[in-house]
Parts: sequence; C-alpha cells; structure tokens
Amino acid sequence: MDFKLDKAHQLQQELFRNFAEKEIKPLAKEMDEKEEYSQELLAKMQKYGFFGIPYSREYGGCGSDTLAYTLCMEEVSKVDASTGITISVHTSLCCSCLNNYGTEEQKQKYLRPLIDGSKIGCFGLTETNAGSDVQGAQTVAVKDGEDWLITGSKIFTTNSGFADTCIVFAITDRSVPTAKGLTAFIVDLKKTPGVTVSENIERMGIRAASNCIVSYDNVRVSADRVLGPVGKGFKIAMGALDCGRIGIAAQAVGIAQGALNEAIKYGKERKQFNKPINSFQNTQFKMAEMQTKIDSARLMTWRAALAEDEHEAFGPLAAMAKLLASDVANEVTRFAVQSMGGYGYCREYPVERAMRDAKITEIYEGTSEVMKMVISGSMKLK
Amino acid sequence: MKIVVCIKQVPDTAEVKLDPKTNTLIREGVPSIINHDDKAGLETALQLREQHGGTVTVVCMGPPQADVALREALAMGADEAYLISGREFGGSDTYATATIIGAALKKIGYDLVITGRQAIDGDTAQVGPQIAEQLKIPQVSYAEEIRVEGSYVIVKRQFEDQAHVLKVQMPCLVTALTELAEPRYMHAGGIVDAYQQTIKVLGFEDLKGLLNPEWIGINGSPTNVAKSFTKQAKGEGKILPGLSVDEAVAAIMETLIERHII
Repeated sequence: MDFKLDKAHQLQQELFRNFAEKEIKPLAKEMDEKEEYSQELLAKMQKYGFFGIPYSREYGGCGSDTLAYTLCMEEVSKVDASTGITISVHTSLCCSCLNNYGTEEQKQKYLRPLIDGSKIGCFGLTETNAGSDVQGAQTVAVKDGEDWLITGSKIFTTNSGFADTCIVFAITDRSVPTAKGLTAFIVDLKKTPGVTVSENIERMGIRAASNCIVSYDNVRVSADRVLGPVGKGFKIAMGALDCGRIGIAAQAVGIAQGALNEAIKYGKERKQFNKPINSFQNTQFKMAEMQTKIDSARLMTWRAALAEDEHEAFGPLAAMAKLLASDVANEVTRFAVQSMGGYGYCREYPVERAMRDAKITEIYEGTSEVMKMVISGSMKLK
Repeated sequence: MKIVVCIKQVPDTAEVKLDPKTNTLIREGVPSIINHDDKAGLETALQLREQHGGTVTVVCMGPPQADVALREALAMGADEAYLISGREFGGSDTYATATIIGAALKKIGYDLVITGRQAIDGDTAQVGPQIAEQLKIPQVSYAEEIRVEGSYVIVKRQFEDQAHVLKVQMPCLVTALTELAEPRYMHAGGIVDAYQQTIKVLGFEDLKGLLNPEWIGINGSPTNVAKSFTKQAKGEGKILPGLSVDEAVAAIMETLIERHII
C-alpha cells in the first residue's frame, strides 16, 4: 500500500498543473461568459496528449493509465471544470467504448485519431425521457439491407458541438427489454447525412462545455460501425459510465481544491477587524475540515483508478468516489463563496463559477441517487 | 547534425537561501526546475531538429536528483540524456565544471553545443564559454536567434544597444538567452516514455582518460566562495509631497547635511 505518486506521475501532475495555470486559467472566465469552448485551447491540449492519456501507444495514446488521467482531470478542473468534462467525455465515455469493444479495424480507424489528438469524441445515451432510467430509450435503429438506419434524439450530448465521432445507443430489438435490445453505433457527426446538432443548451454551470441535442433522422450506418455485439449496447454503456465516474470524481476533487485554494489565497490578504481573515480560528478550522474532506475524496478517486488499472472490479469503487467527491465539491465551493463574502459572490473571483460548476457533478454520469443504487447493489443487502 | 544541449537543474525561487556555515545554497525543500536560458536552448535545439533532422542530446551535471530535469527534457522531445555525476566532481567551480563537461562532450560527440547564457542560481555566465575553450571550438554567446545553413550556424547575438549577426562553422558552441524561444510543454505520453528510457550516467571512471583528477572538484577549482550572504533589504524611503522646487532643494540639503554626506 503506497499513497505516494511515483516519479512519472509526479511529473505528469506538474505538467497538467503548469498547463492549467498558464493556458486554461486565463481563458476560463471568458469561456464561461461566452458559453463557448476555445478551439485553440482544445487543439493545444490535443497536441500535448491530454486526450489519450490512459490508452496504449499502439493506437497513438500516451501509454499511461487511469491514475494519470485522474491527475489531469483534477488539475484542469481546479481552474476550469468545463475543460474537465470536455476531456472526460471524450476519454472515459467515447474512447473507452472503442478501446474495450472495438475490433482491430475499428480501433485503427476510429480510436487512433481520437487518442492521437486529431479528433474529438462524444457519447449519445441520454434522451429526454431516458435519464437515470436508461431503459426508457426511444431512439431506434432498423436494419436496411446490410446497413442500419438510426432515428431518434439524444439530449445533453457533451462535446457534440464540435465532436467528430459519437458513440450512439439505439434500440435494435423492441421485443426484449432495453437492457437486451440496445446496440452501440459509431457515428461520424460531421459528415453523416441526417444528423442535426442543436445550439448549446443553456445551463447553470460548466457553461463553456459544448452540450447539445443531437437528432438522428434515418441516419445510415454501415454494419462495420456497429460497436460490440448487436444487443450488447446496455452493457457497453454501463461499462463506459463506470469509467466515466472516476473522471467525474477527479473533476469534483479539482473543483473543490481549486475553490479552496482561492479562498485560502484571499483569506491571507483580506483583513477584517484589523486581521487577515485566515488568522481567525473559525476560518482555520473550516479550512482544515474542507481540506480533510477533499483529501478523502481524492484518495477514494485514486483507489478506484488503481482498481481499474489493475483490471479489478471497480464499478462500486468509482460510484463511491463520485458520490463522495461530488458532495465534497458542493460543500467546499459553498464554503469558499461564504468565506469570501460579497466578493466570493462576484464574478470577478472564480469561486462563484466553481460553485455553479460543482452542482453538475452530483447529476451527470449517474446522479448521486444512482450512485447509491450501484453501491448498495454491491453490498449483498438482500 | 548532432545537437547537444547542456542544462542545469536550479532551485525555483527568487529568494535563494544560503547555508551560513558553508556559504552554499540550501537546496532542500525548494522545487527544482530546468534553468530558463537552458530550456530556451533546448526548445531551439528541438526546432532545429524538426527543420534539419539530426538528434538532440541533453547533458546535465549534478547530483542524482538532477535525473528529473533530464526526464523532463526527454518528455519535451530530446532523443537521449546523460547525467554527469560523481563524488569527485563535487565542489567544482565554473572552470572545473567546464573541464568536466568538456571531457564528457568529447566522449559523447557533437556538432552544435547549446548552453544557457547563465544559471539563475549562480549567475556567472562562465560555464558555456569555458566549455567552448576546453573544446577549442568557436563560440557565440547571448544568442537571441539561431539558424542553421549547411555546416554553418548563423546567430544573432544580443548586445546592449545593438545586435551582431555571426556566421560560425560547426562544431561550435552557442549560449542561449531565455528570449531565444518559448519552451514547449512536456508531452503527457512523452513522460511515460522518458521514464522507460535509460539515462546514461557518466562518472569519474567513465571520463578518466579525458580528465586529470587535479583539475576537478574543490582542489581543481581556482576560485572558491569566501563569503556569501543574503542582502539586507533597504528600508522604505521617505516621501515629501507637495513641495515647491526651492522647498524640495532645501529639504534634500537638510537631510544630506544631517547625515554628514555633505
């Protein structure tokens, strides 16, 4: 048992931290206000390997691991949670499906450009009437000769405003429950006729991230774009979400640590009653409490990441990490705003954005309630 | 073209603390970085390789912990790395350091050697030029632009109020300014590769035939630090606002007389 990062991971952490401070932080406020992700920044991160961290060199990835990916997620999310989700959906949701279920040919054709930094991926599962209840999905794919025709609409598809490749889940067999009738397809969002991507959905937080409704109107998909066996889509989606939750947990840890760091910095300078507010014991004790909670969430996240890297069952561990970390992110950002008073509430300081951004971590890639379903389901309670 | 870049690992702080007993730098607890000028030199070397082909070798003299500086250079894209390290080398001044690095470079081989202008911890700006002297090759210091044309290097050298453009035949040595190039970041995957590569360590035994033991370490160093200390910060000045010219002159004169300056 070793709680210390090895040298390579330490150097990666340094890279992610420096990059986030110098390249992402100066843009974060403006991107949030404009509700638009900088494509130059995206290209820069692709160039330095941020979009292929846990994937093998063989397919153009970094040859690193899930732990390194959580370090990246934490560091970028410290300064901008929108960057976190942009990397996470691409890496955990889209690429993991291709990596785990793609044929050799599909990996070469679709995974390689995604992880070598040439293309961006997204993941189309959620529908207006199928959120936590994935089984309520309405999007269908019907056979037409050798091809499939997909029709339906997916909501909250992160990255879809600029993504190239989408893993779309559609019902291919209505005669069985959705869990057995769902199939995954690889769809090229930019070039395929019948695909329509809406404007960005207006949101409370992570406003710089792209998040749209993607509609499919008789979208023709060839048989070689079916990912995994027909009818195994539900399993593929759930596996991807397990991976995704580690990324979201790391994002939540980053949001929390970033906000606490800002509050600490502010509290050293801000004087009330003739003293810096950090010299009051109440502030110190609250800071201590918050840091302890963040550290516990980080360790839970690393535990889940290491379990995935060692090919152990990590689903419930990822759910626990996300449940805890998302709660901590909300508590810490609320504290950060409170400790900075009126200034914390102002847009001039980044903690109000962090507080808005934190909320989503309790909702997406499985709500906190779904996390409790996953965890309790693994506890042999019945 | 074989480009060799000499880098130094330095403490990342503007406030360097000294050990009052030994008058040397206290390195514990201070994060270490690649010296800025050296990193700009490395970036230029990588760009020259992209334009003209060849290889980039990084060389660092220092304790075993300097390993991380070399890993960083590899993760930025350098091809191979050497750590010059040994107990016999400890306490070397700039002359002895250049003697050791010069010997290592003879062993490694080079067409173009790039060093930083100076290190932020010592600020001597001597090691680069001294290496060139050791190797008996031409040198250009204070480079703010480097181009390669055939077997020549064309360097724009910064002066206080002017710049010189010099054309030098390789093999030669150039010392780089921070302004020379904005260093790239490490590649996330490059870090994984960097830790799978072997860093070759050159100790005294490896350079034995090229080094006289009397030229290195404390004994081989013609200079030694007699005393070094942190300067006392000046107190805040006194500001006298709203005075007429005559009043200001009178006030200044009064202070000068009061302090027995005039």
